[in-house]
Amino acid sequence: MAAPAQGRVGVAGRLARALPVPAGAGMARMLVERNYRSFRRTWVIIVSGFFEPVFFLFAMGVGIGSLVGDVEADGRLVPYVVFVAPALLAASAMNGAVFDSTTNVFFKLKYAKLYDSVLATPLGPRDVAVGEIAWALLRGLVYSAAFLVVAALAGAVTSPLALLAVPAATLIGWAFASIGMAATTYMRTWADFDYVQLAILPMFLFSATFFPLETYPPALQGVVQATPLFHGVAMVRDLMLGQVGADLLVHVTYLVVLGLVGTAWTARRIERLLLR
Amino acid sequence: MPVEPPQVPADPTGSPTYESATREPMIRARGLVKAFDDFTAVDGIDVEVRPGEAFGFLGPNGAGKSSTMRMIGCVSPPTAGELTVLGMDPRTDGPRIRAGLGVVPQRDSLDEELTVEENIWVYGRYFGLPRRLVRERAAELLEFAQLTDRARSVVEPLSGGMKRRLTIARALVNSPRILLLDEPTTGLDPQARHVLWDRLFRLKREGVTLVLTTHYMDEAEQLCDRLVVMDHGRIVAEGSPSALIAQHSTREVLELRFDTADHAARLGEVDGIAERVEVLPDRLLLYTADGEAAQSELHRRGLEPLAALVRRSTLEDVFLHLTGRTLVD
Ligand SMILES: Nc1ncnc2c1ncn2[C@@H]1O[C@H](COP(=O)(O)OP(=O)(O)O)[C@@H](O)[C@H]1O
Ligand SMILES: [Mg+2]
Repeated sequence: MAAPAQGRVGVAGRLARALPVPAGAGMARMLVERNYRSFRRTWVIIVSGFFEPVFFLFAMGVGIGSLVGDVEADGRLVPYVVFVAPALLAASAMNGAVFDSTTNVFFKLKYAKLYDSVLATPLGPRDVAVGEIAWALLRGLVYSAAFLVVAALAGAVTSPLALLAVPAATLIGWAFASIGMAATTYMRTWADFDYVQLAILPMFLFSATFFPLETYPPALQGVVQATPLFHGVAMVRDLMLGQVGADLLVHVTYLVVLGLVGTAWTARRIERLLLR
Repeated sequence: MPVEPPQVPADPTGSPTYESATREPMIRARGLVKAFDDFTAVDGIDVEVRPGEAFGFLGPNGAGKSSTMRMIGCVSPPTAGELTVLGMDPRTDGPRIRAGLGVVPQRDSLDEELTVEENIWVYGRYFGLPRRLVRERAAELLEFAQLTDRARSVVEPLSGGMKRRLTIARALVNSPRILLLDEPTTGLDPQARHVLWDRLFRLKREGVTLVLTTHYMDEAEQLCDRLVVMDHGRIVAEGSPSALIAQHSTREVLELRFDTADHAARLGEVDGIAERVEVLPDRLLLYTADGEAAQSELHRRGLEPLAALVRRSTLEDVFLHLTGRTLVD
């Protein structure tokens, strides 16, 4: 069923038909509603998702920061906590999105068979992809807003543009959730999730998160700059330091493309797996 | 754009009448094929389901029943052939067709992270129904499924029969015009099966078109107005249960069990007693209009089986005759 939903008209409809995106009924929000309902029972997770970056902020930013002193960021000297807080925000957006879109989705896909029953209703594979990815980034939105408050209290917020870090973190969440969910559709056992950790951990440590890009040898700088988290960190850092320039456009474009590709790819995979 | 909520159910006239029988069929398949890689699961079947009837697919495991149901449910694209459901083409109108269907899959796929009532609410929302309406329906449907006192329980501890009833209740939340039931009672104990059959009879009386698969001949005889017998992806017979029995079997069957390892070896001794004899590993089946008479003839010949039993023909006999195999082994 490669044909998009019927009954669409106008430019959006023609666009949807032209894109290689599987069918949906435009009702992804119903899946978000379902996740919210089930999530209310497991609210403990929201607490852990919030505390992780906060703990890092105090251990790395405040603790280690007192040993490190000031570092150079975007061409000026700032306290280490100011340097590291945007990176922690970006990384927690990544971690939250990846957790939701891999482990949780894998369980629903393989064991709970949730999507089999969802696809028996008017919802299509695109709704499943969009719904799950939207849910993952909504959670990220809540975390990043809470983190920003804590960061401000810790003195790590220096510009009012920092408020834009919340939508920016949501964009990071989208990019990682969509790629994470697409990858999940290829997984066969829980052991395959070790590969996710293998991709996430080095990115977390080496995407100019804890030390500036200039610290790396020139050959490695290119590798670092190719990773999605680098662009996430750089984007949030620009905003929180109030240094908005053309670079920002590059970061945003990179992540938007990733999100679009990941979402379409996920929808296609769900269709392949479940509508055969 | 949300799919419009489904219209009010089904044909209010109930069981098939001349009028409903001449109307546009609910489901129509011509030369329908489903192939997985190089394996053909459904091999060119023709089916027509009329409004308000209970239609069955009877066949052993692997016959292609679930594959057929999934194509009708618009979750599996046909490989070849024509298929129309509710007058629409699943290839292009999947979401709109699914809005008018209720689906009870072979394996319960309830949402175990939600409570019993939440399962119905959330499912109704997938159909784009307003929250208020969904809550009203859930209360009625839980009543119908005899689960009202479990409304707030989580799904996991429910018995097999309760889960099945909840799956059916959930499938009814959009007031479907067709209810698709894939092996509705497989794995349930006899009492739970009877409770379920009773619920399905009620739906049928209310005019819901039922399409079900089963490998239990008693279930097919109980529930179906009309059925097709499927084997290896093909339809081998079609008709009402009584017509199928009349056409492919005799009125009665005399079952004989001898003290032997090989019942085929005893064939010669019963030669001529019945119209037809089938050999099973543990017994002989003698097909005849008059079982008593056959039994007397047995005595006259001095044959003494360990056990002899006269019974009426069933769909099991029809299947055995058509395929040379038993339905459930
Ligand atoms: N997704 C699939 N991929 C490959 N083969 C399948 C798939 N689904 C069903 N089959 C095969 O098709 C045949 C018919 O299966 P099914 O329709 O489930 O039969 P039934 O429901 O009558 O038991 C079986 O041999 C089964 O192994
Ligand atoms: Mg089956």
